[in-house]
Amino acid sequence: MTGREKILGRIREALTVPAPHPGAHDAHGGQAPHTSFKGRPVHVARGWMPPGGDTFEEQVVRFRAASTELKTDFRFVGSRDEAFTELARIRDTEGWKSVATHRAEQPSAAAASLGLPVIHTDEGYDVDALESCDVGISGCDVLVAQTGTVVVTNRSAGGRALSVLPPHHVVVATRDQLVRDLTAAFARVQETYGTGYPSMISFITGPSRTGDIERILVLGAHGPKKLTVLCW
Amino acid sequence: MTVTLFIPCFVDSLYPGVGISMVRILERLGHRVVCPEEIACCGQPAFNSGYWPEAREVAGPVLRRLQDAEVVVIASGSCGAMLKVFYPQLFAETAQAEAAKALSPKVWEFSSFLADKLGVTDLGARFPAKVTFHDGCHGLRELGIKTAPRRLLEKVQGLELVEMADAETCCGFGGTFSAKFPMISTAMGEVKCAGAAETGADYIVSNDSSCLMHVQGLLSRQGSPIKTLHLAEILAQR
Amino acid sequence: MTTHVQDFLAQARVVTRDLRHRGLIQTALRKYETARDRKKAAFNDWQSARQAAAETKWDAINHLDTYLAEFADKMEARGTQVHWAGNAAEAREIILGIIRSKGARSIIKSKAMTAEEIHLNDAMEKAGYEVVESDLGEFIVQLRHEPPYHIVFPAMHLTRDDINELFQKELGSASTREPEELTMIARRALRRKYITADVGITGANFAIAETGMISITENEGNARLTAALPKTMITLVGIEKVLPKLEDLALFLPMLATAGAGQTITGYNTMYGGPRQPGECDGPEEYHVVLLDNRRTELLADPEQRDALHCIRCGACLNVCPIFKNVGGHTYGTTYSGPVGSVITPHLRGLQDWKHLSGSSSLCGACTEACPVKIDLHHHLLRNRRNAAFGEPSFFERLAYRLFAFVINRPGLYRFAKEAGRLTEPLQKLIRNTPLDPARAWTGSRDLPPMPEQSFKEWWEERR
Ligand code: SF4
Repeated sequence: MTGREKILGRIREALTVPAPHPGAHDAHGGQAPHTSFKGRPVHVARGWMPPGGDTFEEQVVRFRAASTELKTDFRFVGSRDEAFTELARIRDTEGWKSVATHRAEQPSAAAASLGLPVIHTDEGYDVDALESCDVGISGCDVLVAQTGTVVVTNRSAGGRALSVLPPHHVVVATRDQLVRDLTAAFARVQETYGTGYPSMISFITGPSRTGDIERILVLGAHGPKKLTVLCW
Repeated sequence: MTVTLFIPCFVDSLYPGVGISMVRILERLGHRVVCPEEIACCGQPAFNSGYWPEAREVAGPVLRRLQDAEVVVIASGSCGAMLKVFYPQLFAETAQAEAAKALSPKVWEFSSFLADKLGVTDLGARFPAKVTFHDGCHGLRELGIKTAPRRLLEKVQGLELVEMADAETCCGFGGTFSAKFPMISTAMGEVKCAGAAETGADYIVSNDSSCLMHVQGLLSRQGSPIKTLHLAEILAQR
Repeated sequence: MTTHVQDFLAQARVVTRDLRHRGLIQTALRKYETARDRKKAAFNDWQSARQAAAETKWDAINHLDTYLAEFADKMEARGTQVHWAGNAAEAREIILGIIRSKGARSIIKSKAMTAEEIHLNDAMEKAGYEVVESDLGEFIVQLRHEPPYHIVFPAMHLTRDDINELFQKELGSASTREPEELTMIARRALRRKYITADVGITGANFAIAETGMISITENEGNARLTAALPKTMITLVGIEKVLPKLEDLALFLPMLATAGAGQTITGYNTMYGGPRQPGECDGPEEYHVVLLDNRRTELLADPEQRDALHCIRCGACLNVCPIFKNVGGHTYGTTYSGPVGSVITPHLRGLQDWKHLSGSSSLCGACTEACPVKIDLHHHLLRNRRNAAFGEPSFFERLAYRLFAFVINRPGLYRFAKEAGRLTEPLQKLIRNTPLDPARAWTGSRDLPPMPEQSFKEWWEERR
């Protein structure tokens, strides 16, 4: 018998006796009331979650609030040109000398606009070279208003490392990528890729951080110290 | 209404004033109080320690004697939870299973009986002091009692109620736990007392004498001026 | 030889009196509570969301065979090698086998409680490999040769000064009291390790059946790097981590972050569905997922406590537990500490050896109230006590309860006992808190209430 058969067999045997329904124990009044979820799809539960905003404007407000709380630098501008102007400004204040990006329309245009040496990760790259870049510019799949999250995949963001190895991660996004909540974000991802998912989907909220020393927030634990989202 | 008052063993032997106050309050409200002498303990010590057959030896007769009661009012949230929540589990699949289920809805913890069942909060009590309220865990989480004692205290003339940090945190009594793991129980109690002391209250009040026995034990060992008092004793003050 | 219970008591005696520890943990967890309450309030309906999470996990666990098979099939379809480990030894063997076959030398790990459970680091180090923990907290406790203090906050028992001292000694760094600088020291020490490591090992928070993906929740980005740079990636995951659908994460990711750390959502939530796929520019060439049973199926076979497998290891029950706060994470002597550890350890490692953990609770129920997937934690402690007493009752304890029942059921005897208590009170006072005192467990730190002149029942009788 294989390990798989053995374990699945044990599971089947264990499950012959049914378990009480969840929440049965809080019927005594000790717990706050709840609405049962039984048999309903997860998007019903969505109404119980933190809200993401009904209109586009509300969603922008939510995204800004949630993402900046987690130290994302969110810049929502009127056009691509304006976004690139913002980017040039950041380049100057931070003194960037090299850029990494990938061959997708917006990120590579953004990188090119900076007039700096550019590494593209698409055809493989030297890890040390990528690490020594000052900034990684990537695209994304979705922005999530509810949580201030940027969703990237290794297809939409130049692989697995581009969005975590350089010290500053810049995401370029267009306004149609903003969705209300995580449920909508997963639906968008499923729509985009069907069953041919990329091997990595990452929900990024804020730059890398840690609170492991006395629960004091420090940015840039291992990944980027800064996360900028440019949206137009 | 005829109220069967259940005075648990430790209240009976150590805190008679709590039971006496309850009798006075209930009678003042015009109810007939009965208090069967044979009922002394709910069986919780054995139950909580895992000795369920031994717990049934104590609880079985209690269940039989309470069978015909109209309502049962208990002087402790913890014993209340035992009757209301745990008897049905303790007696599941025994001859008394149905009796345990039937008893459950008739059981009330004292403060909740007044405020929730009778809808009475103003008992005309007077008690000029600063008090903080400790939520006994069983009353709070097994029975869902949070506002009843506070609604009652708010109506007491002269009384100032101040909430302590972590009012809902366990005081560390926990029945046999307090003797089996005294160091943990004591540390928890110290944290509780420190939280109460921060409020500057004169009294720690609770609806469970068992918590208060533990807290008072610590306070008097520490030589703290803070005193403990059961809610019923305040409500009976004129 | 000391037993687990003796170790527990000895350690508890020390830690409960350590006021520095008490202050540190109380402060940290107060901060957590404030943040959590704020984030809970952002939910439209936290209680209903909990119920939805509980029902989703119930579905997953009660159809575990189906979902697990689906998960494995989907994973394999995209080139992941799925391994099934019945116990800790098998899991270690599988993982060491992979490492050996790759001719690896250095291994980078991101946080995995399952790896702690099977003592993987020990095994790899004994086999001669260099293993580095990359999560900052884990890195710190690894340098101290200690197990994690808490399943989510591994180094919460340490102050910045402790960490500074440790880094100076172990890494030769310059002295600093700034958490920022201390973090950067670790960042620099670890950066090269990612780049040179041959194998990356991770844990997992969820395993998605529908799409064949594992999901990892982290704040630091260390798991992201662990999954990006080494040529071989291994994920060790307990079989109970399954969720039916990808979109279930829309519910679980915010709940995990809120309950566990008082965050809206954790910094990185990343789903991995295989090794580097055709057309992708980086990522591991090989991806191995090791599914770990290690007596989880025994817990599964207990319908009464099956919901303990719903646990998403958020740590909320530890954070609110007054026992945990006072004895600290190391006193338990287990991989999983706090309420959930006290519930499952007797199942995973033997009821009689670990029943003291279920005994060491005031049954306050704060854990059950905090649990985002509504595990009936404190009642399970009662059930473990019942099962332990049924299996191996203590002669004296049982005798005591029988005696108690005998007395309490006889009003005459009970009255006599009270009388005796009153008469012997002066004697009790004399021996109070001495080795002769039978109530010393109580009187060691607490006064006994004075016996009143008259008991309630005597008053009642007299009045009638
Ligand atoms: S038992 Fe519940 S509260 Fe405790 S770690 Fe697991 S999911 Fe979190």
